[in-house]
Amino acid sequence: MSILTGSDVVKRGMALMQKGGVIMDVVNAEQAKIAEAAGAVAVMALERVPSDIRAAGGVARMADPRIVEEVMNAVSIPVMAKARIGHIVEARVLEAMGVDYIDESEVLTPADEEFHLLKSQYTVPFVCGCRDLGEAARRIGEGAAMLRTKGEPGTGNIVEAVRHLRKVNAQVRAVVAMNEDELMTEAKNLGAPYEVLLAIKREGRLPVVNFAAGGVATPADAALMMELGADGVFVGSGIFKAENPEKFARSIVQATTHYQDYTLIAEVSKEIGTPMKGIEIRQLAQEERMQERGW
Amino acid sequence: MKIGVLALQGAVTEHIKAIEACGAEGVAVKQIVQLDEIAGLLLPGGESTAMRRLIDYAHMLPALQSFAKDKPVFGTCAGLILLAETVEGEEAHIGQMRIAARRNAFGRQVDSFETKLAIQGVSDSFPAVFIRAPKIAAVENEVEVLATHEGDIVCARDRHLLACSFHPELTGDLSLMKFFIKEMCSNQLIH
Repeated sequence: MSILTGSDVVKRGMALMQKGGVIMDVVNAEQAKIAEAAGAVAVMALERVPSDIRAAGGVARMADPRIVEEVMNAVSIPVMAKARIGHIVEARVLEAMGVDYIDESEVLTPADEEFHLLKSQYTVPFVCGCRDLGEAARRIGEGAAMLRTKGEPGTGNIVEAVRHLRKVNAQVRAVVAMNEDELMTEAKNLGAPYEVLLAIKREGRLPVVNFAAGGVATPADAALMMELGADGVFVGSGIFKAENPEKFARSIVQATTHYQDYTLIAEVSKEIGTPMKGIEIRQLAQEERMQERGW
Repeated sequence: MKIGVLALQGAVTEHIKAIEACGAEGVAVKQIVQLDEIAGLLLPGGESTAMRRLIDYAHMLPALQSFAKDKPVFGTCAGLILLAETVEGEEAHIGQMRIAARRNAFGRQVDSFETKLAIQGVSDSFPAVFIRAPKIAAVENEVEVLATHEGDIVCARDRHLLACSFHPELTGDLSLMKFFIKEMCSNQLIH
């Protein structure tokens, strides 16, 4: 019988299989193996973790394909990689390499300050960042099969991740509670495609999986995001910038699954060393905030 | 009747919805004690290596193995890998079903696909979603092959154990779930 690849069901379904899990940033095969052994559901192959991108400054681009390839060869779990916002060719290159998911990411320097990728045209699924429902719905409208709230990457400070997840979820609840005849005006107010709001109203939730990202540094941070309604957690610098990455990885995986088992979270948070050093958000100038990238 | 879904990671809520749509009660299983109250167990799709880690962290493997010795278990995708007696290239996990599983047998995510399948005794045209799916590379003689896709075994039953490579929870077609609950779980005594 005939087969169909790259459909919404197949792309969104892949993200559903990641639910309740932790996706970890890695920069080489060795880190990827540590992440897999700890129970990560996927790894994000990068040249530098966000805190190093922040420290290095300059233009951050798609990783060297050799790094992505090295990670793909090292693990059997899915491998994600980041392309710059609007960079059609970086995305096509990653798709051609066979990565399992592309993150059109504000962590890299945007290639286009007006347009995002038309993600519906690709066979590979995409995840995109969002800070509110308007941004989330526009990305879904373009074909994103998964979302992540942005937070503020590379800071080890959970406050922005909390802000964005609460915002998106409050706006989703408002849409679900509205009458259908109010949705067009809400679409105008949010800058959101009407059809996406209609889907949210009918399904009672976002039509794609929404993970939390940008600032998760401890097992308790990961559990907090699950408590607030995230479907799973991305941890960028939080694992490999911690004193003991193996222990942090294992503890964050357990805290994400058992996010309401506070005795367990206490147990797995003991003697794991110090987390990454954090940055107070107010110390970041507006132009240093990655979350502002994306339109 | 209560049917459990192993709720460590993966498409848990989708399976619980499907179970409830079949008229049974769905239970998210995170702890060993919950196994005593269910008539059958679903091992959902997700990442099998992550699920195995979480099973080990929670010290659940012996309890799951003993449950799967004589109680109905239905493994979908990653769940198939957990149930298989042999997994190519790695140690077996729960390992009670007499099949050999091959992980990522249809390629990477860009090769993931949807199709229609004939499943023996269940449906002539079942919508099947394959996501980085495993296949059943071999079965022992007594195992019933219920469906194949282009010659590869993608659904099989071994006594009280059922496994499929694809994701019935993503399509809204309840026929395979009904088969598991009605044909395989409804004669179970709960104690």
